[in-house]
Amino acid sequence: MTGQEREAHEAGPYGPIPRKEDARFVRGQGTFVDDISMPGMLHGAILRSPVAHARIVSVDVTAAAAHPKVEAVLTGADLAERGLAWMPTLSGDVQAVLATDKVRFQGQELAFVVARDRYAARDALELIAVEYEMLPPLVDARTALAEDAPLVRDDLAGQAGNHIFDWTAGDKAATDAVFSAADVTVGCDMIYPRSHPAPLETCGIVAASDAVTGRLTLWSTSQAPHAHRTLYSLITGLPEHKIRIVSPDLGGGFGNKVPVYPGYLCAVVASMVTGRPVKWVEDRSENLMSTTFARDYHMHGEIAATADGRILGLRARVLADHGAFNATAQPARYPAGFFHIFTGSYDLQAAFCEVTGVYTNKAPGGVAYSCSFRITEAVYLVERLVDMLASKLGIDPAQLRMRNLLRPEQFPYTCATGWQYDSGDYQRALTLALDIAGYDELRREQAERRARGEYMGVGISFFTEGVGAGPRGHMDILGLAMTDGADLRVHPTGKVVLGISVQTQGQGHETTFAQIVAHELGLTPDDVEVVHGDTDRTPFGLGTYGSRSTPVSGAAAVMAARKVRDRARLVAAAMLELSPDDLEWLDGQWRVRGDPDRGAGIAEIAMAAHSSLELPAGVDGHLDASAVYNPPNLTFPFGAYICVTDVDPATGEVKIRRFIAVDDCGVRINPMIVEGQVHRGLADGIGMALMQAIVFDEAGNCLGGSFMDYLLPTALECPSPELGATVTPSPHHPIGAKGIGESATVGSPPAVVNSVVDALAPFGVTHADMPLTPANVWRTIQGRPVRPDLALS
Amino acid sequence: MKITMTVNGAEYVRDVEPRLLLIHLLRDELGLTGSHWGCDTSNCGACVVWLDETPVKSCTVLAVMADGRRVLTVEGLGNGTSLDPVQLGFAQCHGLQCGFCTPGMMLTARWLLNRHPDPSATEVREAISGQICRCTGYENIVRAVLWAAKNGGSE
Repeated sequence: MTGQEREAHEAGPYGPIPRKEDARFVRGQGTFVDDISMPGMLHGAILRSPVAHARIVSVDVTAAAAHPKVEAVLTGADLAERGLAWMPTLSGDVQAVLATDKVRFQGQELAFVVARDRYAARDALELIAVEYEMLPPLVDARTALAEDAPLVRDDLAGQAGNHIFDWTAGDKAATDAVFSAADVTVGCDMIYPRSHPAPLETCGIVAASDAVTGRLTLWSTSQAPHAHRTLYSLITGLPEHKIRIVSPDLGGGFGNKVPVYPGYLCAVVASMVTGRPVKWVEDRSENLMSTTFARDYHMHGEIAATADGRILGLRARVLADHGAFNATAQPARYPAGFFHIFTGSYDLQAAFCEVTGVYTNKAPGGVAYSCSFRITEAVYLVERLVDMLASKLGIDPAQLRMRNLLRPEQFPYTCATGWQYDSGDYQRALTLALDIAGYDELRREQAERRARGEYMGVGISFFTEGVGAGPRGHMDILGLAMTDGADLRVHPTGKVVLGISVQTQGQGHETTFAQIVAHELGLTPDDVEVVHGDTDRTPFGLGTYGSRSTPVSGAAAVMAARKVRDRARLVAAAMLELSPDDLEWLDGQWRVRGDPDRGAGIAEIAMAAHSSLELPAGVDGHLDASAVYNPPNLTFPFGAYICVTDVDPATGEVKIRRFIAVDDCGVRINPMIVEGQVHRGLADGIGMALMQAIVFDEAGNCLGGSFMDYLLPTALECPSPELGATVTPSPHHPIGAKGIGESATVGSPPAVVNSVVDALAPFGVTHADMPLTPANVWRTIQGRPVRPDLALS
Repeated sequence: MKITMTVNGAEYVRDVEPRLLLIHLLRDELGLTGSHWGCDTSNCGACVVWLDETPVKSCTVLAVMADGRRVLTVEGLGNGTSLDPVQLGFAQCHGLQCGFCTPGMMLTARWLLNRHPDPSATEVREAISGQICRCTGYENIVRAVLWAAKNGGSE
C-alpha cells in the first residue's frame, strides 16, 4: 500500500461524526438516577461504621424510628429475618448487606433509614445508637498472613486466617532456569496503591416495588443491568421476569458501577416494606470509602536478559489486598484478573507469576477502575522493569524496547502464560511515538539541562492490552458467560432500532453502535436508534466494563445486521424476480450482478417485506434479527506512550510538559470518540501516577474520604496530549475493531513514573512508588522513601 | 424561611428550611435537574450555577442566600430558541462524554467568555480548574470553549 492508500484504509468507513447523545446533555436534559422522582418517593440513608474493626454489641434504632418523618428503619437483624443480611459477591465470597456480627471496615453499612425527604433521613441516622466492642484492625496487607494477625472473616466456616487465594500462571521451572542462566537480572519491589474510580456521579438507585403486579423496577447506576437483574433474582428469590433494571444516563462508571452494592439491596427491601418507591444516592464520602476500590497490589518483579539486552524472562510475586470482602468483578477463573498478561509486548522465553489474595479491614477491594482486569498492574510492572534493565545495561530505553518488541510476523503470538495476542505492529507504533516526540532532540535537551542542574525526564511505556471478555468456554461471572446480544428491529420504512446489552457511561454507544449498523445496512447513523440500559427492552448480556462493548456487543450488532442483510437479499430477489445469487451487496444496496443500476436498499426491501409481496421460504414477514456474540478470543490493542516531565528537586513537584500517545485499537469506528477515550485514560494515568491514592492510617481510617484528600487531576495537571494512531485490525473481530476504553489508563502510569525516575537518575534513583506527590518525590530524592499506601505515625 | 428568587428569568417564591442547599432547591423543589451534585466539598463543580453574575458551587450555598437574587442554570443557557455557542462548542468538539460535569463547565465557560471573549488555552484551563471532569481529560473542554470563542464569543 502507498502511504495514501494506507491512510484511507486506516481511516475506515465510519468517521468522526458528532455524538447523538450530546443534544440532551448540553441542554442539561440527561436523566441520571438522582434526577428521577416519583410520587410518594421516600429517601434512604445509610448508617456506616466509624471504625475499621469492631464487634457489634447492640444497635438501637428506637429514636430514629420515632422521628416524625421516618417511615422505616432497617438493621442487619431485619434483613437476617428475610435471609438478606448477606449477599454473594461477584467473586464467590459473601458480603454483609447490613452488618450483624462485626464491622470489618470503616464505612461499612449498619442500618438503613427511610424518610420522607433526604435531610430527614440524614437527621435520623444521628438518632441511632450503636455500641461497639473494639477489635484490633488489620491494615497492612503484608502482615495479613502473620499468625497473630487479627482475623477479619470469622464469619466464614473454616477460615482460620486472612488468606483468600493463591494463583499462579506460567511455567515456574522454565522461568527459574531462564533466570539462572541469564547474564543480567533486575528486580524491584513496587506498590500499585489502592485507588478509586470516583465517577463524578456517585452510585444510587430508585427502587419501586409493586405489590399488586409483583414487579420490581430499579433505576440504578449499573454498568451491567442484565447481570444485576439475574443477581437480584438469585439474592431475593423474586422471579427474574418480574424484575426490570433501568440504567439511565450514568455520570461515568470506570468499573465503580459494576457490583451490586448493599445500598441498592436496602432500597429494594425498603420499597417492599413501605410499598413506596425508595431512592438512595450515596454521598461522595460514602462512594470513596465503601464502594469498590482498585489496585492495591504489592508486587515484586524481576526481569532476566542477556548482556546485550535481549529480554529472556519475567517473574512476579504479588500480594493482593482485597479488603474485608472479596468483591472483585472479574471472570471467575481468574482471581488475579488478567494480571498474567504481564508478559507485556516482548518475545520472552518464559514467565511465571504468583498472586496471593488476602483480607484486610478495608473496603472491599477489586479490579474496578478502567484496568482491563488487572492489566494495569501488569503493564506497570513490566514497563518499570524494562526501564530498570535499560538503566542497568546502559541501553537507551527506546532502543531496548525496539529490540525486544514482538515483530508483526510473530502474530498471532502465544505468550509465555498462554494468551494468544491476535495482531500487532509494535515497532511501527513505537517509531511513530518517537517521531512525534522528537525523541533524539528530547534526549539532547535533557543532557543540556542536566549539565545545568535541571531535572527533566523522558519516560516510555509500551503496552499490550487484552480486552473484550470473553470466550464463553473460559470466561464467566457467577456462571454467566461473558457474551453479549444485539436485537435489530427494522421498521417498514427502513428505520432501525438496535437494542444492545451493553450500557454507555459516557462512551457514546448511541453514536458508535448506530454507525456500525448504518454501515452494515447502507443507512445513515440517524436512521438507527440505539436502545440500551433497560432490561425490558434489550437482549441479555454482561454489560460495559473491561473495554468489552465494541469487541463483544459491537460484534453482536454487526452479526445481527448481517442477518438482516442476508434476509433482505431473499426479499430483494423476490422483489426483482431473480435468484438471490444474482444479487451482490454493493455500496449499501443489494444490486443485480452485472447491472448495478438495478437493486434495492434496506428501506425498500423492508417495506416490501411488510407488504403483500409473496415472500420466499425462510422469510416470515419482516427483517428483524438477533444475535449473541461469543468472542473467539480477546482483542489485543496496544500502544506506545512517551511522557516528558520536569521535576523540581527542591519541592519534589512534577510537571508533565508533554504526553505523546500512539494507540492502535484496530479499526476505529468513531475516531473522535476514540481520541476522547484516550484523553480520559491519560488523565486517569496521570492522576494515579501523581496524586490519586487511598491511604489508611494505623487505625484503619480511610484518609481518602473526600475530594479534598483524594486528589483528582484538574485541567492544570493534565497536559494537552499529542496523539497518534496506527491501525492493525483484529483478525477475528467481524469489523476488525478492538477495545479502546482503558488503553490509556493501563498504559500511561508507567510512562509517567519512568519519566520521573529518569529525571531523578542523577540522584541515583531507580524506582519511586506512586503517587509521585511532591512529598513522596522529595523523600525519594533524599533517599528516604516511605510506603505510599499507609500513613503510619 | 420565605425566599424570592429569579431562576432563569422566572420568579419563584418558596418557603424553605434555612439549611436547604441551593443545589437541592434547584433540583428537588424546582425540578431543574440539569445542575448536578457531585462531592459535597466544593471540589468538583458539577453544581456550578450563576448567582447574579458569578459562578458559584451551589452545593455550598444555602438556598436562603439566593433570596432576592438571580440564578442562572444550564436550563437558562441560550436564548430559549437557539443554543449558546458554548453548548454548540461542547457538542462540536466532543467536550463531554458522560455529561455530568458539563452543565457546570458550560456555565463557567460562559462566564469566562463574557469577560475574556478571546481567551488562551491556558486561561480556559485556569477558569475551569476548580471543576472536575472524569471523562475528557479536559483537552476537548478547552477546545470547546475556544471553539465557542471563535464562533459566537460573548453573548
